[in-house]
Amino acid sequence: MQSIQTEVLVIGGGATGTGVMRDLAMRGFKTILVEKRDLSHGTTGRYHGLLHSGGRYAVKDPDAARECIEENLILRRIAPHCIEDTGGFFVVTPWDDPAFGDTFMKGCQETGIPCEEISIAQMLKEEPLLNKEMARCFRVPDGSADSFLTSECNVASAKAYGGQMLNYHEVKRLIKEGDKVVGAVCYDLVNDRDVTIHADLVVNASGAWAGKIAGSIGIDVHIIPGKGTMVAIAHRVLNTVVNRCKMPSDGDIIVPVHTVAIIGTTDVKVEDPDQFAIQPWEVQLMLDEGEKLVPGTKQMRMLRAWAGVRPLYQETSVADTRDVTRAYTLLDHSARDGVDNFITITGGKWTTFRQMAEVVVDRVCEKLNTKRECRTHLEAIPDIQHEPRTAEGYYWLGSRLARTEKNKAYGELACECELVTRAEVEEAITKHEAKTFDDIRRDTRLGMGPCQGGFCSYRATGILHTVRQPSIEETNVALRDFLQERWKGLLPILWGPQLKQERLDELMYLHVMNVDHMPGETASRLGPQMYDKGTVETRPQSAKT
Amino acid sequence: MQDEFNLLDMAEVPLHEWPVEQTLDNCIKCNICVTACPVAAVTDKFPGPKYEAPQAGRFRHDMQPTPDASVDYCSGCRVCNEVCPTGVRIAEINARARRQITKDSGIPLRNRLLGRNELLGKIGSYVPRLANFGLQNPLSRSMADMMFGIAKEAPLPTWSTKGTFWDWFKRTRAQRLKSEKKVVYFNGCATMYYEPFIGQAAVAVFEHNGYEVIVPPQKCCGLPMLSNGEFDAASEYHQYNVDHLHDYAAKGYDIIGTSTSCTLTLKEEAPELLHLTDERSHKLSYATWDIFEWLRERHEAGELKTDFRPLNMVLPYHAPCQYRAHRVGKPALDLLELIPGLDVRESTARCCGIAGTYGYKSEKYQIAMDVGAELFDFVKTQGSQVEMTACDSETCRWQLEHGTDLPSRHPIEYLAAAYGLYDLERRALLNE
Repeated sequence: MQSIQTEVLVIGGGATGTGVMRDLAMRGFKTILVEKRDLSHGTTGRYHGLLHSGGRYAVKDPDAARECIEENLILRRIAPHCIEDTGGFFVVTPWDDPAFGDTFMKGCQETGIPCEEISIAQMLKEEPLLNKEMARCFRVPDGSADSFLTSECNVASAKAYGGQMLNYHEVKRLIKEGDKVVGAVCYDLVNDRDVTIHADLVVNASGAWAGKIAGSIGIDVHIIPGKGTMVAIAHRVLNTVVNRCKMPSDGDIIVPVHTVAIIGTTDVKVEDPDQFAIQPWEVQLMLDEGEKLVPGTKQMRMLRAWAGVRPLYQETSVADTRDVTRAYTLLDHSARDGVDNFITITGGKWTTFRQMAEVVVDRVCEKLNTKRECRTHLEAIPDIQHEPRTAEGYYWLGSRLARTEKNKAYGELACECELVTRAEVEEAITKHEAKTFDDIRRDTRLGMGPCQGGFCSYRATGILHTVRQPSIEETNVALRDFLQERWKGLLPILWGPQLKQERLDELMYLHVMNVDHMPGETASRLGPQMYDKGTVETRPQSAKT
Repeated sequence: MQDEFNLLDMAEVPLHEWPVEQTLDNCIKCNICVTACPVAAVTDKFPGPKYEAPQAGRFRHDMQPTPDASVDYCSGCRVCNEVCPTGVRIAEINARARRQITKDSGIPLRNRLLGRNELLGKIGSYVPRLANFGLQNPLSRSMADMMFGIAKEAPLPTWSTKGTFWDWFKRTRAQRLKSEKKVVYFNGCATMYYEPFIGQAAVAVFEHNGYEVIVPPQKCCGLPMLSNGEFDAASEYHQYNVDHLHDYAAKGYDIIGTSTSCTLTLKEEAPELLHLTDERSHKLSYATWDIFEWLRERHEAGELKTDFRPLNMVLPYHAPCQYRAHRVGKPALDLLELIPGLDVRESTARCCGIAGTYGYKSEKYQIAMDVGAELFDFVKTQGSQVEMTACDSETCRWQLEHGTDLPSRHPIEYLAAAYGLYDLERRALLNE
């Protein structure tokens, strides 16, 4: 068995884990991060992409709101290239209590969130498709974020400081010696072998999976996996994040991120973060609620549905996951469970990942008896992309079109929907060591547009085969894995234009290419975990509208 | 109940009522538009309709700067719309994108000039011979090419030296037919200043069939401005036309034009591109007809005179892109085929290339000629007995003449000739 020695082992390649990795590396710790799949494969890559102003929690969860606005301002400074400065509205619809607007305003003032009420005329001028019957509208500094890119950039920054990242390394169990955690045994999915990593200290940043990791040495961390289902509208119907001005509930937000607008979300307690299904009522609810914000939503083309699991943490159990705090929690298991050199960080929001990392690494310093100052809020996270940015350094919707037009790269597009060039796919394979097409997707957005891989999957297959020259069977299974991965998000929304699209894609792959019967395995172990068809959750009372 | 999903909620909204940009979601990437696009077929500067509208369209937003450059190479011919199996309004999305570019970076003087064909027509018509000399001599054309970017070889029209269409209409007022049956004629700028004989032929055909012709005050339909991204100015022109034509439409009069692109603009281009959903624009839109579309209706109702005398000739006919965009079939072809002796040969070429003002621009002249090659070759293969061609749209006719060295006529001229009212050679009414 291969064995590696490091100072700190970080488990989880999501926003929190990569944030912790960067902070550790910047403070000079020898760091290894392990992720069971690809970076952002879990919850980080499956959220709606909101950069919180904190407005959503201003009334219900002031602690979480304060954390959000602090970090919002920091992230705008250190990682503008991962952010689109959309701004956000909180709107009082005819279905909401207009008086809540005052409560909301007061909440924002108390938590330090800049908030101004604007006229409905102004709101419609900026977002003409919004419901004209809105009663009030408040503007807050929400934004949208590219969570894939942020993780990538965090890791790139950490690597520059000497950090090491091992993806497709799944932690099988922690190693405990006496009352100390001294490392973990990981399974290397790519090479099909176990790897032992010894560390002075282990940080469990595995989010919704934190309970599973801690459970491997008998520590009980009660994570409530809160499933959130989202539906993406095929193009940007809105340019501003729009929230319902009421207590947070299902389907009350639309986030414009990259080329789509995402309606989110549901919040359903599930038993297992790896086993859950997207239920038809969830999709219906997103459409019904989306319709209230943008009339006509139901007639629009839906691109895809997906679900992520929030890592909600509560020491005591609660009935409704909406009531669990969105603030983060750090568990030092020496005090809590008598097991030393082991820290779990969980809860929180994508927006607060940096602060969570800072708190964790402060504790790491304490435990390793050293004093090193955090600098992650001071030093910008390097931009690994080559896209034009706004004057302030933000991403903007036209970024990729600008780049394509400038380079006259329209003849070089592998993914036409998301304007991904052949060179970028090659770079994802060679420089970023993509193992699967899904990794290329997270790197480049390949296959994330309306045709959902219809016209790019076969091109990417050709590029992968040319660049890496694997066996034909390996190439075939990689293609099949990706088609399966795209399919699982299409199933819940197959009607209208997307059904037409999928029918065309089906004809191309199953009929023309006969992809089901090409040589090779049906699926690989690196392939997608499908949403579970077996589980049936009933619609919770709180989801009724 | 576990499954509450209701497909009936996805109520079908008729496609023609969808906002233009919304239709980009209908694209299934099938590439049919790319294979049909006449411009993408001849130049790499234009990535093709699929890239420009449904793809680039997802990266554009009214409130943000547009980084577009290549969409300027869309000629606006609308072949893509014609072939799209899912109803994406590609040409309109592209026109809007070009408008966005002009909002960001201004409109070049050349495009302002080309957009103002009415103004140019008016100025030239005061001194037509001088203007013609200015526009047709190599020295001034070379200067215009260098200074403004108007291609020196491009087929610019010549001003009428016998006065404008309105001059003629006023002059012959006493001879005009009075009748209970009335139509409103939209002459368009080309008939007004360059080719008044087309309006004369149209009036003769209307009167021959017993219709009194009304020519109300009117302005340019605005299409050249819409094509060049000048939406505000186009909007003023369109509003003028709505103001002056709406009452006739409300009274139930048909408003009929001989320029296919003008009628298309009144019908749908202007209301769609300018987002005009008011009742008056809508009424005008529904009252507007292309002349052959209207004549075919009369024929199908048994109301059209068919006392045609033979026209013994082989006639290559090209239905312009803008005509096909009316989605009414090829009514001119249907009627020309009624004329005894006339051997009409239908072109299947995609486009003549000129696309309004596109082929006049220096950087696009060669593209336009390459696009038109398909049509020019078609005409050549019809044999040496061909003496002239037919096409409904003025700029297309000029391009066709430029590319084939054969005279081209509007189908209404042939119809008027077949009625014995018009001289095809002289391009004049026989009784004048």
